[in-house]
Amino acid sequence: MMRLRPTAAIVLRQFYLMRGSPTRLLPMFAWVAIDIVLWGFITRYLSSVSAPGINFVAGLLGAVLLWDFFTRVMQGVTTAFFEDVWSRNFLNIFATPLLISEYVGGLVLTSIVTSVIGLAVMLLLATTVFGLSFFAYGILLVPFLLVLFLFGIALGIFASAMVLRLGPASEWLVWPIPALLSPFAGVFYPLSTLPLWMRAIAALLPPSYVFEGMRGIVAGNGFSVATLAAALTLAVIEIVAACWFFSHVFRFAVRTGLLARYSAESVS
Amino acid sequence: MTEANTHRSPTQAVLRVNALHKQFGDIVAVDSVSFDVHAGEIVGLLGPNGAGKTTTINMILGVLEPSTGTIVIEGHDVRKARSRALDRTNFAAVYAPLPGNLTVYQNLRFFGMIYGVRSLSERIEALLEQFDLQRFRDRKCGVLSSGEQTRVCLAKAMLNRPQLLLLDEPTASLDPAVAHDIRAKIRDIAVQGGAGILWTSHNMYEVEEVCDRVLFLVRGRLLLQGSPQALLREHGAKTLEELFVRIARIPLTDAAVSA
Repeated sequence: MMRLRPTAAIVLRQFYLMRGSPTRLLPMFAWVAIDIVLWGFITRYLSSVSAPGINFVAGLLGAVLLWDFFTRVMQGVTTAFFEDVWSRNFLNIFATPLLISEYVGGLVLTSIVTSVIGLAVMLLLATTVFGLSFFAYGILLVPFLLVLFLFGIALGIFASAMVLRLGPASEWLVWPIPALLSPFAGVFYPLSTLPLWMRAIAALLPPSYVFEGMRGIVAGNGFSVATLAAALTLAVIEIVAACWFFSHVFRFAVRTGLLARYSAESVS
Repeated sequence: MTEANTHRSPTQAVLRVNALHKQFGDIVAVDSVSFDVHAGEIVGLLGPNGAGKTTTINMILGVLEPSTGTIVIEGHDVRKARSRALDRTNFAAVYAPLPGNLTVYQNLRFFGMIYGVRSLSERIEALLEQFDLQRFRDRKCGVLSSGEQTRVCLAKAMLNRPQLLLLDEPTASLDPAVAHDIRAKIRDIAVQGGAGILWTSHNMYEVEEVCDRVLFLVRGRLLLQGSPQALLREHGAKTLEELFVRIARIPLTDAAVSA
């Protein structure tokens, strides 16, 4: 049975690290703020040169904000995991009664805290400086964020498992994952723009449903509950698959000695 | 025989290792090793570099799966009930320092929560005092000397009042005076706390002083076991170091193993 205290320990550790190191704290605010400012001005410019009636703020800036939120969620999980990679802490942490579910639960909880802080900063900037109104999306904003959050968690767990399997140096494969997925997710354009093979991949990515739905709402076309349910179901299935993958890789690392070896070696 | 190892009365086994075998491809790292560690007993796991000591410890800690064989800690099979088996187990190893970016107090709190230690604040204060770490409590572990870091690791290893304690070269980076104090503390933990301790060291003087029993591991095989005094008598060696050198240089044949 999953216990709360060991899970909370993972979150507390991240809090200690952030409190003790501004370089960890800054990225939570800085990158999202830079993104919002950059895209805020781009949307302002586009609005000034385009025909009236096109809502660039809700369409473009909203998309940037939601994509950044998803990226922060994913990186919230992976960064908490990397703390154990960077401090070569695998042996100390896994030679304890800590269950894998408690460890992964701790990474997810950490991500919830850090991504919510990032989201608050983005919302504050986007609404106060650039006039983004989330009322444009209505109540659907909540399930939109939920889908993105769940997919970010799934991808974060999957990426952590990948590093556990391939070794500390593969950390550098993790950072570009959101950028690699963004063309398929249709963040800035309708999915119909994509060739068929890309659309097939997009269908497996819950964010593609969110951004398509968001554009539909901004254009006044609405959004079907069935599509939303499909996106949510897909995200939940991907979380379950990612947890299974992590657990499978962990067992492999214990069987082959990878886990013990990573404690002794630096990033290589 | 030292004062420390005259008063112990080993009772039930806290650790039972049976026919433990670990193979990496063609390389046999640990070959059919069996031994027990009893409550209140300090057992030295000795052997030259590459003998399989750390591999054995990693398997006991559940971070490396044996190819075959069983490890039972306080009645719990590590493979089947890993979390329960490790609940009252802890370790300190010279190659596993605590995260250097957390302070001494933060590390102890973090691991204390993971081990589910009750009255954690009081326990941390007691350990800070026991290992003379109060003045370092708010200092990051990464800036401490290796000796100070070892003491923090030992404090962490005592957090959950372990019934089985695995110490991999615990005094390797300590000066003689601190090492002496630490040995005395660990002896107390075995004698008064009733913990079974598995101790690896290349310092044969230390092993002779501290351990009730020693196990000689050479190229994955357990060649000798017994009390230091009995082994010295049986093999006509004056010191454990002399015996160690002799055993480590034996060509590993079946005859040598059975001898």
